[in-house]
Amino acid sequence: MVPLNWYLILAAFLFCAGLYAALARRNAVAALMGIELMLNAVNINLVAFWRYGAAVELLEGQMFAIFVIAVAAAEVAVGLALVISVYRGRRTINLDELDTLKG
Amino acid sequence: MPELPFPLPPLPTVQQVVFIMLALFTVVSALIVVIAPNLYHNALGLVATFFGVAGIYALLEAEFLAVSQVLIYVGAISTLIIFAIMLTRGMMYGRTSSGNQNLLTAAIMSVLLFLVLWGVLVNVPWPGPELATVLADGEVIIATLGRFFVTSYLIPFEMMALLLLVALAGALMLARDR
Repeated sequence: MVPLNWYLILAAFLFCAGLYAALARRNAVAALMGIELMLNAVNINLVAFWRYGAAVELLEGQMFAIFVIAVAAAEVAVGLALVISVYRGRRTINLDELDTLKG
Repeated sequence: MPELPFPLPPLPTVQQVVFIMLALFTVVSALIVVIAPNLYHNALGLVATFFGVAGIYALLEAEFLAVSQVLIYVGAISTLIIFAIMLTRGMMYGRTSSGNQNLLTAAIMSVLLFLVLWGVLVNVPWPGPELATVLADGEVIIATLGRFFVTSYLIPFEMMALLLLVALAGALMLARDR
């Protein structure tokens, strides 16, 4: 079988790529895509630790990953609705220009 | 045959070869998501990444999760994202850079974090793959998952349903044309 840390390294790469997109991209939708990448990385970790852990028959990692997927779906729906709402009001979704709350 | 000066590394097994191919596919498409300046290319790379992650789940013998990943991420979330891109189109054309002024800091931070995680993950003595338990049939596992949802995980399951309902109603409220 594949060693456990191969999965963990792949997940670490996905997480760091998502972190970069969330921090550095101008477009709000691109930043949301980065957050999706990070959630996927976490799910890979959960399932990999479940598969290589002791109590496989309890399916805890899989249950956790399913709940994470559901929360991610809710998050992306609300996030994209916010993006569209902001675009309606301001005709831009450039994160640099959305600084109304800046003191 | 001449004597080699060093012992050959052991040949990778079939699973390892499949993992390496899936991981390369996932990594390349994740890089497209992050680096490509065109938002459509980002979204297509995201779909490819979701497929790659579904393959990783299948390799980990989590078949239900692999199917859910394709249904929810590839089917629903990518569609939502592409709709959002189309509804807010025209934003990114004519700009010189797709990144903001944090670009350099964010790149350095991400690369450093990856290197630190790499160093930790390679050096920790994880339990070897030979210790992983042999799983029951996929059907048995999926049946057990379903039973867990209505027994020991009943309250989280209902909370999840409520969360999805509230989130979708809230999304409708937010995106409604006033």
